[in-house]
Amino acid sequence: MNVQLAKTDLDWRHIGTIDDIKPQGARKVRWGDMTIAVFRTGADAIFALEDRCPHKNGPLSEGIVHDGCVTCPLHNWVIRLEDGTAQGADEGSTRSYPVRIDGRDIYISLG
Amino acid sequence: MSRQKLVIVGNGMAPGRMLDHLFDIDAGAYDVTIFNAEPRVNYDRIMLSPVLSGEKSFEDIVIHDDAWYAGHAITLHRGHKVARIDRDAKTVTSAGGITAAYDKLVIATGSDPFIIPVPGHQLPGVLAYRDLDDVERMKAAAAKGGRAVVIGGGLLGLEAAAGLKAQGMEVTVLHLMPTLLERQLDPAAGYLLQKELEGRGIDIRCKANTKQILGTDAVEGVELDDGTLIEASVVVMAVGIRPNVALAKEAGLSVERGIVTDAAMRTSDPDILSVGECVQVDGRVYGLVAPLYQMARVAAQTLTGTEAGFSHTETPTKLKVTGINLYSVGTFDDGPGYEDVVLRDAARGSYKRVILKDNHVIGAVLYGDVADGGWYNEMLKSGEDVSGFRDTLIFGQNHQGGGAIDPLAAVANLPDDAEICGCNGICKGQIVTAINDKGLTSLAEVRAHTKASASCGTCTNLVENLMALTLGDAVQSAPEGLCGCTHHTHGDVRRLIRAMELKSIPAVMQALEWTTPEGCAKCRPALNYYLVADWPGEYEDHQQSRFINERVHANIQKDGTYSVVPRMLGGLTTPDQLRAIADIADRYDIPTVKVTGGQRIDLLGVRKEDLIPVWKDLGDAGMISGAAYAKGLRTVKTCVGKDWCRFGTQDSMGLGIKLEKYLWGAWSPAKLKLAVTGCPRNCAEATCKDIGVICVDSGFQIVYGGAAGLHIQGTTELGTVKTEEEVIEVIGALTQYYRESGFYLERIYKWADRVGYDHIRSVVLDDLDERRALAERFAFSQTFAQIDPWAERVAGAEAHEFAPLAVIDAPEGASTKTVMEPAE
Repeated sequence: MNVQLAKTDLDWRHIGTIDDIKPQGARKVRWGDMTIAVFRTGADAIFALEDRCPHKNGPLSEGIVHDGCVTCPLHNWVIRLEDGTAQGADEGSTRSYPVRIDGRDIYISLG
Repeated sequence: MSRQKLVIVGNGMAPGRMLDHLFDIDAGAYDVTIFNAEPRVNYDRIMLSPVLSGEKSFEDIVIHDDAWYAGHAITLHRGHKVARIDRDAKTVTSAGGITAAYDKLVIATGSDPFIIPVPGHQLPGVLAYRDLDDVERMKAAAAKGGRAVVIGGGLLGLEAAAGLKAQGMEVTVLHLMPTLLERQLDPAAGYLLQKELEGRGIDIRCKANTKQILGTDAVEGVELDDGTLIEASVVVMAVGIRPNVALAKEAGLSVERGIVTDAAMRTSDPDILSVGECVQVDGRVYGLVAPLYQMARVAAQTLTGTEAGFSHTETPTKLKVTGINLYSVGTFDDGPGYEDVVLRDAARGSYKRVILKDNHVIGAVLYGDVADGGWYNEMLKSGEDVSGFRDTLIFGQNHQGGGAIDPLAAVANLPDDAEICGCNGICKGQIVTAINDKGLTSLAEVRAHTKASASCGTCTNLVENLMALTLGDAVQSAPEGLCGCTHHTHGDVRRLIRAMELKSIPAVMQALEWTTPEGCAKCRPALNYYLVADWPGEYEDHQQSRFINERVHANIQKDGTYSVVPRMLGGLTTPDQLRAIADIADRYDIPTVKVTGGQRIDLLGVRKEDLIPVWKDLGDAGMISGAAYAKGLRTVKTCVGKDWCRFGTQDSMGLGIKLEKYLWGAWSPAKLKLAVTGCPRNCAEATCKDIGVICVDSGFQIVYGGAAGLHIQGTTELGTVKTEEEVIEVIGALTQYYRESGFYLERIYKWADRVGYDHIRSVVLDDLDERRALAERFAFSQTFAQIDPWAERVAGAEAHEFAPLAVIDAPEGASTKTVMEPAE
C-alpha cells in the first residue's frame, strides 16, 4: 500500500491502522537500521517509542502492555509509553515519537 | 496452693478471646475446662460467609487449633452440651454426664437463630445460618442445584444469599421491610445495594411477608401473604438471633432479654460471669464482634482481679460480600436538629452521607467508596467539632487541605487512639508500638501479635499502610502475595476464579477489585494461566497477557533474536531429522547449534522474521515445537534402557516416548521436566527432575519434586506401580493436581513442599477414584492443548507477531513513499 501525503505533511508518515495492532499489543516499524515500537493500549491509545529499552536495549515491542506502560521482556523494566521514561526505581529513558490518529489511520512523525 | 478452676460453657469467639487475654495477663491463674456443644475447635464465625461462597476453607478460619488447647493445658469437652449448673455445689454437668467443679464459671452460650414459626418451618430443607453445620448443609443443598429462598434481608441473609449464588444456586431474598439492611443503611444506600445484588442475578423481594413454607417430605416452595408462590429446594431463615439464656435462667440467674451482667461482666451470682451474644449489659444485647471482644477483655480483667468496665460504643457495620462495599455507623434516621451532607456519584455507583448535629458527626452511611468510614467514625467517637472543614467533609480525609491523595498520609494523620481494626478494637498506637517493640516486619506477624486485620480482614490495607509508614522499606510483603495490583494471594485468586466462575481476565480484575485497570506483567500471565488451566475449551488464551517466549513460541535471547528447539520424543532422533536440522541451520545462517541438557537440539540466533520459515522447514521434516520456552511440559529425558544396556530393566526409551506423547502441549504453573531411567544407576538423572521414573525389575518407581537449578533438592518417592499404564495415569493425575493447585511460577518441588508430600500421595496415588478423575481432567484438557503452535503459525495464525507493521525509508533518503511490509 502506498500513501501520498500533502507536502505540508511531509513529516507525518502513515504506518498502518489501529486494527493492525492488538489491544494491549505492539508492532515494529523498521526505519532504516532503526526499529520503532508502536503500541496500542487497552483503551486504544497509540504511542511510538524507539524499540530499545534504556537498560540493555531489549525490544520493548515484545513486552507486556499494561496501564500506559510496557514491561521489557529481558529484565522487567517498566517504561511509560507516553514519554519513554523508566518507572519505579529504575532510571533512564527511551526516545518517543509523536503519533497522530486520523480515523483508524496511524501517522508518526520521525522529525 | 492448687490453681483455681475456671469452667467455660461455650467455645465461640468471645470466650476464646477472653482466654487469649487471660493467658496474656496471667497464664497460670486458672485450670481451664471448656464445654463445647459443637464438635470442633474455636473458629471465626464472622468468616462463615467466605466459607459458604467457597472463598475460604474451614482450616482458614480456625482461631485456636488443637495445639493451642494442648499448649494451655485446657480440657476441652467437644460435643458436650451443659445440661445444668448447680450453684450450691459449684459444679456444671453435661448432657453426656460429665461433671466439672468450678471456682469461677463463664457462661458463653451465645445465641440461637430465630426461626419464624410459619407453617412448614420444621420441614427438612429449612435451615438457619449460624454455624459450620449450617454452612455445610447449605453447600450440600447447593450441590443439588435449584432455587434457594433466603428469608431476611439483613447482613446474615444477604451474605447467605451471595454465598448460595456463588455456589451456583438460583436465589430469592424475601425481606419484610421496604429496603434492604434497613437497620444499617438508609433507603438510598439500600436501593444501591439492591440494584447491585440484582445485577448479580439475585432476586430481591422487599415488603414480602412469608405466609407458609410448602412441601410434604421436604421443602418445595414458599407462599407469600399476597399469594405469590416461589419454588424452592432450600429455605434459609436469617431473620435474627435470640440470646441463648435457657441454662442461666434454669440456674436462677437474673435474665431479661439476655443474661443480665454488670459492667464487669458479672451475672447476679458474682462467681459466674457471662460474655458474648447471650449477655445483656446496660440494657443492650450485642451481635457484632467488636463489643463481644470488648466483653472478653473486661471478663479476663475481672477474672484476674483488675477493675474494668464495659462501655457502649457505636460499632460500624460492614457487609462481607466480595465486591460490595458498604459501611455505616451511628445514627442515620431523621431527628430534630439533624443535618445531612450527601455526595452521590452515579457513574461510580457510590453514595456518601454524613449526619451532623450541632456540627458534630453522629452517623455516616457509605456505599461504594468506603475508604473514609474509619475517619468519620473517629470524629463520631471523639465528638470533634467539624465546623472548620464542614464544606469539604464529605469529600473525605484525603481532600482536607487540598493535599494530594496519599494513603500513607491519611494513615499518618490519624491520632494514636484511632481505631484501625474494628473487629478487634485495635488502635493505631497499639499496632505501631507492637511493630517497634517486637520488630515485626510482616503482615502475618502483625496479625499474630496484635490481632489487627486478623478477623474479617477489611482493614488489611490500613494495617499495611501503617506498616509501610512505620517501617519504610523494612516491610516484608506477604510471600504469597500475587502482585501490587491486588491484595489477594495466588491461593485466593485460584479459589475465587473457580468459586465465582470467572472466565476472563477483565472479569477476574472486576470481581476481585484489582487496583489497576489492566494489571501488570506479573499478574496478567498468572491470571491467563489460571484461566487456561481451569476452563479448558472455554477460555480463549489471551496472547497479550503472555510473556514474549510463549507468545512467539521461541526463546528470546539477549540480542532480540530467538532460539528454536524442535521436540525429540524421549531424546530420540533420526538421520533424516538431523540432516533437516543441518540444512535449516545453513539455509537461515543460524550461528549456533547446541545440544541441550534435556536431550534436544537448540538452534540459537534465529531472526524473528525467520521463525516462520524455519518452523515450516522443521515441520516438513516431521518435527513440532519442543516448547522449550513454555511454563509447561518441556522434555522427557531417557537413558537407553533394556534395548541396549546390559543393566537395563525396562524399556525406558519407550516409556519416555509414551509419557512425552501424553504430556506435550500441557501448560503448567512452571516448567515441567521429566526423566525415565532404566535402572537405579540413574543415567537419565531422574532423581533431580520435576517428575522422574526409575525402572526396577518389579515395576516403576515414581519420584517427584526434584530441583537442580538455583536450589538443589533430590526427589521424593511418590510410590511404585507395576505397569506402564499405571505410570501414565499416576503422572497424569500428579500433573493435573499440580496444574489445578499450583501457584503461577511455583515449581513442582515448591508446590509439594507447600501442599505436603503425604497429602499429594493420598490424592494422586492412593485414592483410586480421585486419581482417575484427575487423569481424566488432564486428558480432557489435553484435547485442547495438543495442537502444534508452530504448524498453526505457519498456516497463518497470529501473523501480526512475525512481520513488521511497516518498513519505511532510511532517515537520509527523505521521501514520501511509505510501504507496508507484506506478511511473509
